[in-house]
Amino acid sequence: MRHVWIIARRELRAYFATPVAYVFIVIFVALSGVFTFYLGNFFEREQADLTPFFGFHPWLHLVLAPAVSMRLWAEERQSGSVELLMCLPIAAWQAVLGKFLAAWCFIAAALALTFPTWITVNYLGDPDNGVILAAYCGSLLMAGAYLAIGACISAACRSQVVAFVTTMVVCFAFLLAGFPLVLDAFAGWAPQTLVDIVGSLGFLTHFNAISKGVLDARDVLYFLLVIAAFLYANAIVLDLGRGN
Amino acid sequence: MIRADSLSKHYGAIKAVDGISFGIEPGEVVGLLGPNGAGKTTTMRMCAGYLAPTSGSVKVHGFDLATHTLAARKTFGYLPEGAPLWGEMTPRAFLDFIADIRGLRGAARAARIGEVAELLQLHSVFDQRIETLSKGFRRRVGLAQAILHDPQALLLDEPTDGLDPNQKHEVRELIRGMSGDKIVVISTHILEEVEAVCSRAIIIAAGRIVADDTPAALAARSPSGRLDHVFRSVTTGQERGAVGEER
Repeated sequence: MRHVWIIARRELRAYFATPVAYVFIVIFVALSGVFTFYLGNFFEREQADLTPFFGFHPWLHLVLAPAVSMRLWAEERQSGSVELLMCLPIAAWQAVLGKFLAAWCFIAAALALTFPTWITVNYLGDPDNGVILAAYCGSLLMAGAYLAIGACISAACRSQVVAFVTTMVVCFAFLLAGFPLVLDAFAGWAPQTLVDIVGSLGFLTHFNAISKGVLDARDVLYFLLVIAAFLYANAIVLDLGRGN
Repeated sequence: MIRADSLSKHYGAIKAVDGISFGIEPGEVVGLLGPNGAGKTTTMRMCAGYLAPTSGSVKVHGFDLATHTLAARKTFGYLPEGAPLWGEMTPRAFLDFIADIRGLRGAARAARIGEVAELLQLHSVFDQRIETLSKGFRRRVGLAQAILHDPQALLLDEPTDGLDPNQKHEVRELIRGMSGDKIVVISTHILEEVEAVCSRAIIIAAGRIVADDTPAALAARSPSGRLDHVFRSVTTGQERGAVGEER
């Protein structure tokens, strides 16, 4: 674990080495505010909760998480430093986990900086802060799943732009899997079991459950399993690149 | 010691490296020579454990790279081709990171980083971002990373490529100073370099070893006594043969 931490620390510093990180955080916080107060009709609803705030998170993360994950491996492959990294006495899984954790911490920091919204709702009314905390956890877990998908795709790409676009499309498919749009397409002919399986794969189904304040172990486990599966795939992609 | 056994790397039908075997003992400074595209870098990458060979094996100090990867990697330092680095880091942060990964600790760690920075004259740029440094400094930062843990073996892929004559001289001095009881393998296509620092030259052409001897003995194979004549005759001989067959 010591090596994982060393890698994660280096990656995290790499994010903040350029102004891009600060620009990203500002955009994230600003957009979440715009969505909540203008599109989400936060004031007009006259309810002391953050439903409009969290309702937009699946879409916000869909655009911004791939932007965070795209550089993880593609940049190293482009510059050749991946060779330097992979010839150090560390196991591939340590590098994979370290990079992922750095990206996740970065998103967590951006998420934490939306605290003024939480203060606002507490100032205006008396919300259920347990629900808000659960929703924050759900948002972070979902962002983690996006990032794991993005890290895996980044390892297969030499270009960050290709990694970004591909990640967004794949994440979009995972998000939509729980939507009537997709489910209806299956409902006409497929057995109910299959419809349920596809539906249960959707990020949104699980996120909505958590953001209602129900931190069900199954929903948490779902996101953790998605993260683990894609990080494992990430290590395999790296191995394939080395001719194993 | 480093032992490669019938090492091959095939990309589809292309045989980048085709059944190379050699053993390198401590104290040897080996020059891996060959024209561009002969398979030098592929061989280096397999010896460093970055690329997995299609067949064959590499053992570094008794550790098989395929099965005891981490133990093997601890024993050597590696400078990849082109000395890739993380441009946003400073040499100080970069060497700190390498020292962390290599498990250097306490007073010995600070002393070693200082020593290496001194040896490669990095002090003047120690807090400048690597991406702003000149090619010569970048190469030296790459070398610093490779020798930081005082490894028993050093694999340097074109360590003097793109350096000016003074910098080349410094790097060669450094390699000469490093040898002794260590193994140094450098890949290069600069023949003077081999004559200047190497105790042994392995010439590769089209993925195979075509000569393996001391630079002096190799040079003596030509009536002119010049290494470049020998190099040309052993590395172009094969191509000429191929053209002849086509006719």
